[in-house]
Amino acid sequence: MLDVIWLIPAFPLAGFLTILLFGRRLGDPVAGFLAAGAVLGSFVVSVGAYFDLLSLDEHDREHIETLFSWVPVSSLQVDMAFLADPLSLTMCLFVTGIAFLIHLFAIGYMHGDPKFSKFFLYLNLFVLSMTLLILGENLLVTFLGWEGVGTCSYFLISFWHHKDSAATAGKKAFVTNRIGDWGFMLAMFIGFEAVGSVSYGALNGAAEGGALSQNTATAIAALLFVGAVGKSAQFPLYLWLPDAMEGPTPVSALIHAATMVTAGVFLMTRMNPMLAAAAPEVSTVIAYVGAFTALFAATIAVAQTDIKKVLAYSTVSQLGYMFLAVGSGAFVAAIFHMVTHAFFKALMFLGSGSVIHGMHHEQDMRKMGALRKFMPITAFTFLIGWLAIAGVPPFAGFWSKDEILLFALVKSPVLYVIGLITAVLTAFYMTRQIIMVFFGEAKWTSHANAEEAAEGDEAHASTAHGEFKPHESPGIMLVPLVVLAGLSAVGGIIQLPSFGFIPDNWQHKLESWLHPVVEAGEAHITESGAYDNKELLALLAIACALIGIGVAVAIYAKHLAKPVEPEILADGWKYDSTVSAFMGGPGRKAFDAVAWFDKTVVDGAVNGVGKLVSGGAGELRKTQTGNVRNYAGIVGVGVVALLVWFVIGRGVL
Amino acid sequence: MMLAAIVPTTTYYLILAAVLFGIGATGLLVRRNPLVMFMCVELMLNAVNLTFVAFATRFGNIDGQTAVFFVMVVAAAEVVVGLGIIISILRRRPGATADDLAELRG
Repeated sequence: MLDVIWLIPAFPLAGFLTILLFGRRLGDPVAGFLAAGAVLGSFVVSVGAYFDLLSLDEHDREHIETLFSWVPVSSLQVDMAFLADPLSLTMCLFVTGIAFLIHLFAIGYMHGDPKFSKFFLYLNLFVLSMTLLILGENLLVTFLGWEGVGTCSYFLISFWHHKDSAATAGKKAFVTNRIGDWGFMLAMFIGFEAVGSVSYGALNGAAEGGALSQNTATAIAALLFVGAVGKSAQFPLYLWLPDAMEGPTPVSALIHAATMVTAGVFLMTRMNPMLAAAAPEVSTVIAYVGAFTALFAATIAVAQTDIKKVLAYSTVSQLGYMFLAVGSGAFVAAIFHMVTHAFFKALMFLGSGSVIHGMHHEQDMRKMGALRKFMPITAFTFLIGWLAIAGVPPFAGFWSKDEILLFALVKSPVLYVIGLITAVLTAFYMTRQIIMVFFGEAKWTSHANAEEAAEGDEAHASTAHGEFKPHESPGIMLVPLVVLAGLSAVGGIIQLPSFGFIPDNWQHKLESWLHPVVEAGEAHITESGAYDNKELLALLAIACALIGIGVAVAIYAKHLAKPVEPEILADGWKYDSTVSAFMGGPGRKAFDAVAWFDKTVVDGAVNGVGKLVSGGAGELRKTQTGNVRNYAGIVGVGVVALLVWFVIGRGVL
Repeated sequence: MMLAAIVPTTTYYLILAAVLFGIGATGLLVRRNPLVMFMCVELMLNAVNLTFVAFATRFGNIDGQTAVFFVMVVAAAEVVVGLGIIISILRRRPGATADDLAELRG
């Protein structure tokens, strides 16, 4: 299957083109099944390629498939080539797998939407871009995918663009991501300048072989991190992600939780030799940005009332964990957490989608409650996701979070403490959400959302006015939930730590699989004191999770204390509004000044040259009188002048 | 007897050529009738031909005379085209002067 690795992006491309041409005729739900089938094809090819790669020797597990020469410009030679190695196939497996499940879910969720086929058009385009991003053999192919997923993200956030907020959120995501793309492009340019190639093999080879100066490597790594900060919604560029929840919920699950936002982590892992060759400060900055983002977003999530906003800030926070791992040199742990997070966060987003669907497009958690009686399967699967993200063993999130914390402790105790506090907060806000949505008393009434229903799915608007009763979602939406719940429960199995009670051949599977890719950058902590006491640390992490859960239960279920949800947390520390105010006020003036400079100085110079030429030509025109005798006279004068010059000036005669 | 004493030297021919060229050039600049201006151009051409022939005789070199043949052939061709143009212009606009024909001014 390795030779046909190009089929992975080709399937969604075919799906995209088919729906583009015949989407309207196929309609609801055929277009959805077609799109899902295309992604399933990609998944099957990924699985085949995975087994092919597995059968090879560890150090031969790298296959480059060149389709054609893409940019042949003298010394810049870029191929449209795909790289199949353990890292890209790990990504492919979970991206296409989860994308397939979310496509299935979306067939149910988007049922009755007037733009049903268009939605799947964008989803297929997204999967195409994402697989290009992952499989790209060089930075340019990855960049193509990088921009592609950004564009699809924009389309899908603004999918219901008749809502002002959705249209604005789409623009915000797009513009914010521009800042990150700037970093990505500069890194690419510097890499080409220094190495003469943008392929991963050449760049990482140069970094490993010491052919790059440390300053160059630092610049490339730091600028790539700027790109990653934008795409993966880290502080200070995270503010587009919570707004991105304006998109349909399957989009939030697929793009803004499971796959696209992890592209930054993937990029840093792919370039890990560059990070290893860069100044150590870069890694430290990454670790602290990640840790700060994790804590910062977790505090905001505590006070959100929108069911999707909680998950959005939670996603930002978990991405912070991944960057904490990357900064601590724990690339395997970062990928591990990326995979488990994709399982449980996709599960919870789809679960929230199921809730929103069942509640007729109500998203306010204060108007929910007791839903477990009405949607038992959604509730049950959501609970598994909750246990996974809260860090309760043996669910997936516990293992990956624990591994990151272990590396963080070796890097710096400060990072470890921030990570632990975040873990407590994570358990707290997720428990709060569970209780508000699925337990307690029903706070919805028969007319709770007559006005909200009108702005969402038209098909449900009519039912919302009559007797209101939440309902369980159809089977096609529940199957993905059940599968993802299973994965969230046992996902930790791919990378179990070396605890005494775990059989040897079950441990560190992902690490040995990814080893050829990350060996240059991966930190080695087996000698440290933290590693020797890792069982104790795990117990500490479990205790933190239980504290968070316990406090939330005490406050929201038992009502032992009044909930503390300060205004400032609900407003996200006023960061978003401050940025908006700044951009709208002084920022706006600065942009106006730049626009003025552009108009008068830059355009002025360009237009000035044009005016000079046309003005000069206008003057010169006047010499062409059209009068023959005039010309003859000028010729005569010229001849005389030449004669004088030859005779007197040159001394002829 | 006196007449026989005057043996024309090359200088005479050159002076004559210069005078002819001057007349032609002046005519070209001051006259407005296209036909007359055309004749002036011919006059200048033949003045140059005269210098060629004079120098060819003076240096006993046939190259100058060869050049004159070429000039005469080209001049004949030029007269055909030039006269054709002038006549067709005058047919369209009888009595037009060179100054009136300024359609190509910038």
